Amino acid sequence: MNDDASLLKAQPERTQKSWVWAVLAAALVLLLVLSVFLGRYPQAGVLRIDQLRDNLLAQRLVVNVRIPRLLTSLLLGMVLAASGTVFQMIFANPLVEPGFLGVSQGAAFGAALAIVFFSASAALVQGMAALFAFAGLGFSYLLARRIRVGSWLLRLILAGIAVSALFSAGLGIVKYLADPLRQLPEITFWMLGGLASITWTKFLAVLPACLLGLAVIFAFRWRLNLLALDETTAFSLGAAPRRERLVMMIAAVLATSAIISVAGMVGWIGLIIPHIARRLVGSDTRRNLPAAILLGGAFGVICDDLARMLMAGEIPLGILTSLLGATIFIILMARGLGKGVRA
Amino acid sequence: MNANLLSFEHAAFGYTRSKPIFTDLNYQLRRGTLTVILGPNGIGKTTLLYLALGWLQPSVGQVLLENRPLQDYSRAEIGRRVSLVPQTERQPYSYTVLEYVLFGRAPHLALFGAPGEKDEQAARQALARAGIPELAGAYVDQLSGGEGQLVLIARALAQEPRVLLLDEPSAHLDLGNKYRLMQTLSDLRKHGTTILMTTHDPEIALAVSDETVLVDGSGSVTVGTPAQLLTAESLSRLYHLPEGALEIRPSHPGIVLRRL
Repeated sequence: MNDDASLLKAQPERTQKSWVWAVLAAALVLLLVLSVFLGRYPQAGVLRIDQLRDNLLAQRLVVNVRIPRLLTSLLLGMVLAASGTVFQMIFANPLVEPGFLGVSQGAAFGAALAIVFFSASAALVQGMAALFAFAGLGFSYLLARRIRVGSWLLRLILAGIAVSALFSAGLGIVKYLADPLRQLPEITFWMLGGLASITWTKFLAVLPACLLGLAVIFAFRWRLNLLALDETTAFSLGAAPRRERLVMMIAAVLATSAIISVAGMVGWIGLIIPHIARRLVGSDTRRNLPAAILLGGAFGVICDDLARMLMAGEIPLGILTSLLGATIFIILMARGLGKGVRA
Repeated sequence: MNANLLSFEHAAFGYTRSKPIFTDLNYQLRRGTLTVILGPNGIGKTTLLYLALGWLQPSVGQVLLENRPLQDYSRAEIGRRVSLVPQTERQPYSYTVLEYVLFGRAPHLALFGAPGEKDEQAARQALARAGIPELAGAYVDQLSGGEGQLVLIARALAQEPRVLLLDEPSAHLDLGNKYRLMQTLSDLRKHGTTILMTTHDPEIALAVSDETVLVDGSGSVTVGTPAQLLTAESLSRLYHLPEGALEIRPSHPGIVLRRL
């Protein structure tokens, strides 16, 4: 055996690359500042400093429209990426995302229900979306407890599929009953996702739930590693796998349901960003969770910048995140999933 | 200090009521020994390990860890005293060996904690004790079966446990890796680690164990030294072999299946 003392002194082989953090943080700050000046007013493209100084309308637009929207897109990306990481760890599966377990379909059903039957104020649509997103998780969890086959994780997955399908059927019925001229387009638009109607009020309304969810996930980030292991192993390492997984799921769904209640259905961020973070800084969630949060924030901001700038009319955000996310996913798959994921 | 680290007292357990695995299990694991639990596949060896870990609880009787019932310990307290090396393990993501071994520090950390400098030292020490210090920077999904098993042992050692439980550690290893694994376990025992491991391979019991526990499906166990228990007759009975199928050569320890 080698000399123990010299081995203990040996510098650890760092997979951590400090430049990655510096680049990520700097890029995000730069992106945020730049995004304040990007838009279609007073002309398509960049708002000049002198315009911001002299034009009262431009000032109001930046403060009351652009900044809250920008912050929401940042929060959206951060929440979906963090929740995606949580779900991918808990289910030990790199292909799940925060909408899993009936959360997305539940939110869509809730929003559609509010639009059709309660002739929907925006606040009610949001409330119902968040409520049913959580209900999706709750139903999946309760159903999983009653299923008699397979491991706990398999039961949760089966229950999630069943609950999603039920909500999806419910959504179909609601859409069928909707007024095709007034309500159906509204449902469709909500399901495509977008931040066009974001105000400070909406942003501040969802901020506490998002921050609470993010804070719990962030504090727990190293321990998330244990929750991807087999239950017996996690138990032998002193964890309470079922209880801890449930707490993490609730934190992730709390933040996710809050943000999708104002943003609509925005897919792919929660699936793709954790992959990229793993590639950049490795599988240890102590490092890749913060990386995913930064990357997710940047991705959300970039997609929303494109959504409001590419065309004269707004492009629904969900379309852009799917387009970009799926493209990146295909590229990653073609190159192999990388060192962070087993083939 | 009490010589008994773990005690099973009249413990009963079954996954279903109609098929009990243990009805009256009495057994004491002595400190500082390497004990092998031997028995055919599916007889309840792993169940015995899980009872020792506290993952399963006996329906009747109790399991004591250092004279205190196991259920009186918190999970982290158990994790600092008992560690498990599972037979196989799902590894969905590709960690470095050092990151993986650091998981063993979890019972020493607070709920929202993360390993620090001291834990990294403990992990490196555990890697050295498992004989694989050079693998710290390798990726766990790129290791051979033998190396992978040693990494799991290192992670268990990083918990700084009083007793190391191993579930069929040699099940998927070739002869060379099996030998090196046994060598490592034997070294650990010499340095004071108490080891309780299952195997379906009597040769392992004969090669390394101080004490052997036979699980034969009777609802209890038989405990003794390998020399007492590992006779051709008892093994033939345990594994349902015809008379004369086994030969044990006293001059040169080893079990030979007769040529057919």
